Amino acid sequence: MEPKEIAELIKDRYPAEVKEITEFRGQTSVVVKKDRIKEIMKYLHSTPELYFDYLKDLCGVDYANKKDNRFEVVYHLYSMRHRHMIRIKAEVDEDDCNIDSVTDIWAGANWHERECYDMYGIAFNGHPDLRRILMPEDWEGHPLRKDYPLKADLGEMEWKGYKEVIETAEKNKQYEVR
Amino acid sequence: MAGTELRTKELTISMGPQHPATHGVLRVVLDLDGETVVKCTPYVGYLHRGVEKLSENRTYLSALPLTDRLDYISSMSNNVGYCVAVERLFGIEPPERAKYIRTIMSEMTRISSHIIGISTHALDIGAMTLFLYSFRDRERLLDLFEMTCGARLTVSYPRIGGVRNDVSQEFLDKLYEFTEEFPQIVEDQYETLIDQNRIWLQRTKGIGVISAEEAINWGLTGPTLRGSGVPYDVRKYAPYDAYPYVEFDVPIGKNGDVYDRYKCRMEELKQSNRIIKQCIEKMPEGPVMAPDAPKFTLPPKDRVLTDMESMIHQFVLITKGPIAAPCGEIYAATEVPKGELGFYIVSDGSGRPYRMRLRAPSFVHVSVLPKLCEGALVADVIANIGTIDIVLGECDR
Repeated sequence: MEPKEIAELIKDRYPAEVKEITEFRGQTSVVVKKDRIKEIMKYLHSTPELYFDYLKDLCGVDYANKKDNRFEVVYHLYSMRHRHMIRIKAEVDEDDCNIDSVTDIWAGANWHERECYDMYGIAFNGHPDLRRILMPEDWEGHPLRKDYPLKADLGEMEWKGYKEVIETAEKNKQYEVR
Repeated sequence: MAGTELRTKELTISMGPQHPATHGVLRVVLDLDGETVVKCTPYVGYLHRGVEKLSENRTYLSALPLTDRLDYISSMSNNVGYCVAVERLFGIEPPERAKYIRTIMSEMTRISSHIIGISTHALDIGAMTLFLYSFRDRERLLDLFEMTCGARLTVSYPRIGGVRNDVSQEFLDKLYEFTEEFPQIVEDQYETLIDQNRIWLQRTKGIGVISAEEAINWGLTGPTLRGSGVPYDVRKYAPYDAYPYVEFDVPIGKNGDVYDRYKCRMEELKQSNRIIKQCIEKMPEGPVMAPDAPKFTLPPKDRVLTDMESMIHQFVLITKGPIAAPCGEIYAATEVPKGELGFYIVSDGSGRPYRMRLRAPSFVHVSVLPKLCEGALVADVIANIGTIDIVLGECDR
């Protein structure tokens, strides 16, 4: 089935949930509200003509400049039988930073959700084992958030030359092409 | 001691992160009841370098070398995967010759990666000779990489919109010679060593069985999935580069055990060889970088030194990145030796990726380890780690 048709199918079935359908370079994304995400996923997984049996990927994205719904959880679904793909994006707000887990639909979602929790701090309700995965267990902060600094502030421990490099870079900014 | 009862209790052992059979820094905590594994918990992240975070702060061009360091024994495939994703995002098309060169390089990487995969797997469960033979042949491939791009492991040879430089005729001749000899080497020297070996069969047949439905549900890809009888291969399902122009078969297993996955990899060695041979025979002449995309690809060095326009393009591309990048998002998958490597790139129109997500096959494959190991023997844990063919650099990113 064409990705567009799938998106329309989802919209017909869950008109209140679908917020937007976008297309770019032949790939269709469906932006949905997070509340009934598990129901939508179950529908996509078990309907015979859709039959999305393979969760390609699950990840988070941080749109730090957006006023509300800062995060998105992105699901890439694929059907081995029908060979079609769709991207579902569920919006998650920073103040209510949780979403239902899909581990009991796709077992492979387990570690992807743990990683998403580790990197963005989005909690997955009903996840069997929600712990940090790539970072140490006592790590503070969530590294892939946009407000998380790339480099640690070492204060006194900082290498002296680094300060110089930064100052020179600041000074050279006036020559940048605009 | 007569009359006293023997006390038994579960034993917890930590295997790794420094362990020769965990293929890198993987730590597995095993709860044992005698020899049987009751619970298996893998711990990853020891090699986490934050590739995703780093690439958000680099231009599209300078994020390329980071992908070398993912699956460091098949860096060429990672580069190709990244370039394919960025090209789809930008909407540019590499020239035909570059496509063929990339396909050749990907398949050479597949051979060299499968060689390591099979032979270290065999080494772990007690067959050493294969390791020595296969590394001799891998050396030939690495020498060929070196001949083309000067590096043996972290190659960074493909570029967005093509490849860095053309291959020489000497390279093609030597590679063709290799493809003539290799299938015979596989049959005479690899397969005869372990295919019918009784110890090998006992250690692999019926071990770590996973059914087709379960394998898909867990998100397995590559030979690890195909061992269970699912013919999913990105090269066939969503072809990229020169794969639509060549003929090859996708070997699949039946039982989904360690032996079938091993057999798939062994068969893929021959299929990759077939692809390389066809590519050399069919390779067209022409440029190796997309000539009609000056806003995305670096101009040739001689043009930069003589032509004003090219110099400006070069300057902007290096300092700012491709600023003509469109806003949008793309998921592009390629078939690397371990499975499906997916890049999900969100672009906000600046020269840097807003978000670059890596769907690493090894990460998914480690997550299935408890499923394979629980209820099996301790010795089978080693066989299972070998069969999912993981590289922790890719798993931890």
